[in-house]
Amino acid sequence: MSVLVNKDSKVIVQGFTGSEGSFHAGQMIEYGTNVVGGVTPGKGGQTHLDKPVFNTVSEAVAKTGADVSILFVPPAFAADAIMEAAEGGIKVIVCITEGIPVADMVKVKEYLCDKDTTLIGPNCPGVMTAGEAKVGIMPGFIFNKGTIGIVSKSGTLTYEAVDQITKIGLGQTTAIGIGGDPIIGTTTKDAVKLLMNDPETEGIIMIGEIGGNLEAEAGKWIKENGTKPVVAFIAGETAPAGRTMGHAGAIVGGHDDTAAAKKAILRSCGVHVVDSPAEIGKKMAEVLGVTA
Amino acid sequence: MYNNCELIVQKKYEIRPDKIITNITFEETIKSVMNLHEYQGKEILKSYGVPVQEGIVVDNIDNAEAAAKELTEKTGTGWYVVKAQIHAGGRGKGTCEESGSHGVVIAKGLGEVNEKVKGILGNHLTTLQTNGVGKKVNKVLIAEDVYAPDFDKCDEFYMSVLLNRETGRNIIMYSTEGGMNIEDVAENTPHLIHKEEIDPKVGIQGFQCRKIAFNLGLTGTAMKNMTKFVKALYTAYEGCDASMFEINPVLKDCEDRIKAVDAKVTLDDNALYRHPNYEAMRDTSEENPIDVEAKEAGLNYVNLDGNVGCMVNGAGLAMSTMDIIKLSGGEPANFLDVGGTADAERVAKAFNIILKDENVKGILVNIFGGIVRCDRVANGVVQAYKTIGNIKVPIIVRLQGTNAVEAKEIIDNSGLNVYSAITLQDAADRVKELILN
Repeated sequence: MSVLVNKDSKVIVQGFTGSEGSFHAGQMIEYGTNVVGGVTPGKGGQTHLDKPVFNTVSEAVAKTGADVSILFVPPAFAADAIMEAAEGGIKVIVCITEGIPVADMVKVKEYLCDKDTTLIGPNCPGVMTAGEAKVGIMPGFIFNKGTIGIVSKSGTLTYEAVDQITKIGLGQTTAIGIGGDPIIGTTTKDAVKLLMNDPETEGIIMIGEIGGNLEAEAGKWIKENGTKPVVAFIAGETAPAGRTMGHAGAIVGGHDDTAAAKKAILRSCGVHVVDSPAEIGKKMAEVLGVTA
Repeated sequence: MYNNCELIVQKKYEIRPDKIITNITFEETIKSVMNLHEYQGKEILKSYGVPVQEGIVVDNIDNAEAAAKELTEKTGTGWYVVKAQIHAGGRGKGTCEESGSHGVVIAKGLGEVNEKVKGILGNHLTTLQTNGVGKKVNKVLIAEDVYAPDFDKCDEFYMSVLLNRETGRNIIMYSTEGGMNIEDVAENTPHLIHKEEIDPKVGIQGFQCRKIAFNLGLTGTAMKNMTKFVKALYTAYEGCDASMFEINPVLKDCEDRIKAVDAKVTLDDNALYRHPNYEAMRDTSEENPIDVEAKEAGLNYVNLDGNVGCMVNGAGLAMSTMDIIKLSGGEPANFLDVGGTADAERVAKAFNIILKDENVKGILVNIFGGIVRCDRVANGVVQAYKTIGNIKVPIIVRLQGTNAVEAKEIIDNSGLNVYSAITLQDAADRVKELILN
């Protein structure tokens, strides 16, 4: 099973022939991902990395049956490319691009709301289903097929968690990097829901950081609907809040956005919270009653 | 704790409405917005037809009187408002260290202009948002007195435009309680704060502008003028790719005209490529010099008060590394994200910046090599160490991921005061053993 992407996913790469796109598409193919082609406007008809290049997403979908797209498109053109993917019938859009203007994402969010598509990111490391499909920039070799799903806002901290889960002998189903921008397509709660409903996933790791209310929202959902153990780490216990919490926070529930407050909320929702990022894997093994 | 950092973050996020709507992540506080001075913000507003309190900016006392005369010719003003231009709020209540003057003062006639400007220009202004450190005032704005001739017939409102992250849509937040600290209003009388959400499909509509005007208690000409003001303000917000507008106060003067008396404008850094003319408005003299140096080197750096420095790839892992330093009994001396390329040059720059802080007793390098190869990073660390020459504190290098074992060998065989670790726990233990014992 797994979620979002698997060995049957037909993946196209938007921004295929650029340097980032080429490098990571190569890595994805090497991992065994079913990359069926790419899109670079104006280069349609060419072949790149032994795969066909198309001018438009619609054409790529018509010719290859692609259902997943990953974007390595520069920030100025990324919003347009996301909308093109949705219009072209892509079901899962993974946007790696960092630095998209917020105003562009306001339009994208509106555009996607009545489309049958899921956006992951932007500004994220992508989605990876261990042993099946890498649709992102995560290092493939640290993954091992297993039973743990991972949801995370950050890049390298996700790798840290993946690595610990592999080393402790559990392995992963799917890791989802949701991204850290003000407007993202899939929230922590959305991603946790997906994994909760995945029969292969036996435990979920949720990695968050200070700021925002994504983790608290997910925690509240888990409390009501959770059927599997969730281990969480919130980075930034020692990071400066910077903004004086307290006054304004009281108005729209901002009290819950420090690391300590988030951890307290998650604990009250039955989530297993670790204080040290070095203990994510250990805690999951302990909760599942597995000895490393 | 974290005095320096609060200063930095406040400086970058002096505007408050974001806290009232929803909170921002740490990652966002350390990048992605550009602050403007009041006079720059007003220039942008004016260019979109938003009526503003007119003024002329001066950076030299010799030009002050001439500027005031010119302003009177243009607007007919008899009094002048002299306003310090710094990137911090609370200027009116703030105090200049040298002169004792407030940051916003009235000159009751041309004769007082020189004296009032002298009290601010070149002085160091301390406000509630400068965190105890006076900020040098390089420019003052000499502005018209918009409250004349009858102060009692004027009304002040509050208005801001920003993104509501929960819905992914822009909103206009407004209140009859203008000229006050909006956080206090939100805390004490939340029912006096209104929000109007803009549908991105159709943009701002006339009925929304009218609703705002009516909710502010306006009628007749003032209502019509406010409707136009709101429309122009929102158009400006979208047009210049702002991250936030805060106009406090918005004034209804005795002739029912609506004007922006103050303007706090921040722009979305990521959209500046669409507005090359705004790039020139960046005032690096407002930024901490170490910040500027770090930014130029492509590093995300925030100085903190602790004793263990760190250098990490990725913001989330960087914060986790700070957490692990704390759990080991130390205090993080900084936040530093080196980004994707941790080559020798960048590592050397990062070390140099970290070592400027005399409280640093040791440095923990934590790199998870995904695409980046750990052996290259290890070579970079060794090379940087040798280039800098006189590093007196121990360095712990935790390299995990691609070629981690080779990297460990490079570190172990370097013969330098550099120690290796592979797991995060090893790194934590080493911090305790080598730096904090």
